[in-house]
Amino acid sequence: MENLVVAASSYAKDIDNLIWIVAILGGFWFFLAEGVLFYFLIKFRHKEGQKAQYLVGESKEELKWITRPHHAILICDLVIVFMAIQVWYNIKQQLPPADETIQVVGHQWSWRFIHPGLDHQLGTADDVEVVDELHVRVDKTYHFKLEAADVLHCFSIPAFRLKQDAIPGRVITGWFKPTKTGEYDLQCAEMCGIGHGIMQSKLYVETDEQHDEWLKKQMPQQQI
Amino acid sequence: MSSAHHDHHESFFSKYLFSTDHKIIGMQYMFTGMFMALIGGYFAYVFRMQLAFPGQDIPGYGLLTSAAYNTMVTNHGTIMIFWVAMPVLIAALGNFLIPLMIGCDDMVFPRLNRLSYQIFLISAIVLIASFFVKGGGFGGAWTAYPPLSAKAEYNLTPWGSTLWVIAVALEFVAFLLGGINFITTVMNSRAPGMKWMDIPIVVWMIVIASILFMLSVGPLIAGAVMLVFDQLIGTAFFEPARGGDPILWQHMFWFFGHPEVYVVLLPAMGIVADVMAVHGRKKVFGYKMVLGTAIGTGILSFFVWAHHQFVAGIDPRMANLFTITTLLISIPVGEMCFVYIATLYGASIRYTTAMLFAVAFLVEFLIGGVTGIFLGASGSDVHFHDTYFVVAHFHYTFFPIAIIATFAAIYHWFPKMFGRMMNETWGKIHFWGTIITFNGIFLPLFINGLAGQHRRIFSYEHFNDLTKFQGIRVFATVNLVTLLAFQVPFLINFFTSMFKGQKAGDNPWKAASLEWQCPSPPPHGNFAKMPEVYRGPYEYSVPGRSTDFWPQNERT
Repeated sequence: MENLVVAASSYAKDIDNLIWIVAILGGFWFFLAEGVLFYFLIKFRHKEGQKAQYLVGESKEELKWITRPHHAILICDLVIVFMAIQVWYNIKQQLPPADETIQVVGHQWSWRFIHPGLDHQLGTADDVEVVDELHVRVDKTYHFKLEAADVLHCFSIPAFRLKQDAIPGRVITGWFKPTKTGEYDLQCAEMCGIGHGIMQSKLYVETDEQHDEWLKKQMPQQQI
Repeated sequence: MSSAHHDHHESFFSKYLFSTDHKIIGMQYMFTGMFMALIGGYFAYVFRMQLAFPGQDIPGYGLLTSAAYNTMVTNHGTIMIFWVAMPVLIAALGNFLIPLMIGCDDMVFPRLNRLSYQIFLISAIVLIASFFVKGGGFGGAWTAYPPLSAKAEYNLTPWGSTLWVIAVALEFVAFLLGGINFITTVMNSRAPGMKWMDIPIVVWMIVIASILFMLSVGPLIAGAVMLVFDQLIGTAFFEPARGGDPILWQHMFWFFGHPEVYVVLLPAMGIVADVMAVHGRKKVFGYKMVLGTAIGTGILSFFVWAHHQFVAGIDPRMANLFTITTLLISIPVGEMCFVYIATLYGASIRYTTAMLFAVAFLVEFLIGGVTGIFLGASGSDVHFHDTYFVVAHFHYTFFPIAIIATFAAIYHWFPKMFGRMMNETWGKIHFWGTIITFNGIFLPLFINGLAGQHRRIFSYEHFNDLTKFQGIRVFATVNLVTLLAFQVPFLINFFTSMFKGQKAGDNPWKAASLEWQCPSPPPHGNFAKMPEVYRGPYEYSVPGRSTDFWPQNERT
């Protein structure tokens, strides 16, 4: 996973682990089934003078070949359900206390981000509002207030393993905690019209110093 | 219904345009579906070329705008599901096979049947017309989420979006009429002696699919009416500023949309069961269990719809419930796959083209099934939702269903439809060319999806983390173009065999079910002498008999 897309949030690793567990359990059954299937396909190909067997498949003795794997799959399902809900609960069903809060608004076809200023408070005079650039501090827990101005959008950051639809008329609150500085893609992952493909933003995960510096650079323009 | 023996002379007009014969109606559905598949395939070619070579002139199309890209992606999905998979798998095969397989002369409601096809044809014409109206065809994805789909100021396709909804709604009406006919016919017109457990599995599956469709489509038809009202007369069912709710549409759409997956899966499973039995010379293992798993899957499929909406803004607690139901569906579907594999145990497999496609269905569908678990588990769906992982996953289900199983059916029942054999050598070339390239398209797209590549994007040039995967996109596109090229030998084989193929005779595969006990092609009225049934449809290789098949209608 890490080779394909960097894991830059506190819960990215949890999701990756879940993906691995599903891959191992699902992969086991997949390769077992395909293995048996290919074995049969080769072994039971037509040979001159050999008749196929006559099996009904209604007796208990025959059906154990189906019911036993069926019970084993049920157990695998329960393991996956348990792990999936655990990961889900952590990401979507609880909100750890926030260090900072940002506001995110989806428009056709751009993202608008309202960052708290140096006072770390959203909704004050020094808020910094920019389009298509989100700047956050590393190792701080963020709440986001997600809105949409027109149609559905989806606030998606693959590096964070974060995805949440934005819905006009609602404010959806979620959280993330960046763990790695760097520059990442921020997408709109819900079809939102002819500009959907160009609705891309940049996410900058910065240290406190870098972030303060960036905030200061935005200030003079804001006051004019 | 006409008796089998009277003289039957009709004009070309009444025979082919206003026929009430189930076989002609089945053919009409099949050829319309094949024609729509060409459009759907062409759209896939155009948008995959854009993804591989963004912004360049596409041979056979020209420069693609982002609006046209969205239209093609949207309508590729719409066409392949509603105008290819459903008409071919359910309507064409259902119409052609049900009366032949249950041993009667026609459907119970032949005129209703004709009306069903006529409405279907109109729906296809409306959909095609929508590409040419002012503003172009609808481009808001085949799921048509409002507010985008509800307001012209957002989607910029004032005519296209309304025509799209009307076309889909008409298609639903056509399939409701067809479904009523299928269910009633199987209930009432079975040959004397044919008990419920003597019905071929493919017929059972089409009937169960029709029931699922009837039970699930109501809310979506209501939703379609609400959407058209929002578009045309300014109601606000889905407009939050005036008290509506866009999520309501998603519930209505997916309450239909998920059972719909099984509406097309079950007939495909039925085809595979029948083809495997005939070409494996083997009784289907656990007939009752196959039916049980099909019914179980069907019932469960009504309780999983919100797994499409985990991150759509539903109450996050609800996701837990739907994770459980979604993973539970792996039990009946997995069981069905196991039963099919068990059917091959002890078989005597003839690798005809039909059989190759049937077993390829199992091999490929297992990939689609297993990758579905990543999406059904809420925690990992957060990353995969709306990525190419989803695209690859559902193509590993829908391609085996709508294409591979359909080819198995065509190669298997072609001799019955036209009285001639298809060329096996060209069939095998077509098989390998299709299967290898299919995997070449979609296996790499799982990697794109894992990397976070989101769907329905005109060009990835602006996404720094995704540009490095351009090689994969080119590879997938090259495979798609090759796959499309390999359909040319199929089409040539199909149409030349229709007129010049080797004569098939009544029962070229030595099959036991009733459709092979009448002439090929069956005349109006089907059977010279209406059959009586003495046993199930899969009596192959019965010990102590000189032949390895025992027709359903043979007394001893």
